[in-house]
Amino acid sequence: MLAFNFFGATEGGLFDINATLPLMAIQVVALTYILNSLFFKPVGNVVEKREKFVSNNIIEAKNKLSEVKKLEADLLTQLQSARTEAQRIVSEAENESDKLYKEALDLANNEANASKEKARLEIESQTNAARDQLSKQADDLSELIVNRLILEK
Amino acid sequence: MFFNSLLTNFAALEVGQHLYWQIGNIRLHGQVFLTSWILLGALLVFISLGTKKMENDPKGLQNLLEFLWDYIRDLARTQIGEKVYRDWMPFIGTLFLFVFVSNWGGALIPWRLIKLPSGELGAPTADINTTIALALLVSLSYFYAGLSNKGWRYFEYYVHPTPIMLPFKILEDFTKPLSLSFRLFGNILADELVVGVLVFLVPLILPIPVMFLGLFTSAIQALIFATLAAYYIGEAVEEHH
Repeated sequence: MLAFNFFGATEGGLFDINATLPLMAIQVVALTYILNSLFFKPVGNVVEKREKFVSNNIIEAKNKLSEVKKLEADLLTQLQSARTEAQRIVSEAENESDKLYKEALDLANNEANASKEKARLEIESQTNAARDQLSKQADDLSELIVNRLILEK
Repeated sequence: MFFNSLLTNFAALEVGQHLYWQIGNIRLHGQVFLTSWILLGALLVFISLGTKKMENDPKGLQNLLEFLWDYIRDLARTQIGEKVYRDWMPFIGTLFLFVFVSNWGGALIPWRLIKLPSGELGAPTADINTTIALALLVSLSYFYAGLSNKGWRYFEYYVHPTPIMLPFKILEDFTKPLSLSFRLFGNILADELVVGVLVFLVPLILPIPVMFLGLFTSAIQALIFATLAAYYIGEAVEEHH
């Protein structure tokens, strides 16, 4: 009796296939359309809109970040060039002042040398003059002595 | 003796009894439609409540529904592929929701308390008609998907790596709906029977872990059914090179 009920008697049974099948199929197809318009479409719209929003924002942020990085690199190179420029100017000024110092030193040295030379020449000429005079006086004196000696004799 | 009492208990479970509705010449299993209408009604109410006020910052029910949508999309996308999953997502999702709601509704709601003149209320998926209907819809879908996407080239699939595959691939077209329908039917019916028998034999405590196991199987079966349906459709639309 039980086995009869279990495996499909004419009336009832587990494997009793009838018009329930096509009607259930129609019901599921209808449910698909209903759920599509009630659930899948609206929720999908909201979720996809949000996903688009988020991905757009991420792209925008990435662009901004890369722009910032580019600007940073720009600034860095600018800073670098400014630094080298400053260094160049400083070294130029140092060279300049060095040159000026050397020139002034040379000039002063030359001047000192010249005046030293002049003084030496003057000293020499005066020495010579003095010597000349001295020798002349000696000559005079000797002549006088000679003359006096000659006269006394 | 024991066997006899077991048999009477089985008989008390009213296995294979149906509440017949006669409309003209056709006969329907009324209990299947009654439970499915109640469960689908609840599902639709739940969904319309959740989608009533959609916001960009999801709250409450909308959050849950979005999670569900995302879950179904992932399922469809991984099985069917990026190109056509959008067309089939509602169908796969409906299969998943229908099977899931039917299984869980059948297991969670104490239908036994409602007395019918004949048969008893239970999971709509524990009726072979429902599962065969679902499985045939899946078969139609993958044929339609293959033919609409690839035209007559769809039949290249039957001789795909070699023509030797032809008989096996044709056989597959029959075994697919068969295995789909009987897997779901068998699992859900077996779960109902096990719980029913245990409740009769030991009404306290012991059936509870089995009931939890039943809920687990029910969810897994819904996932398996939807995944396989999506996989068959994906197989049909896949391009061979």
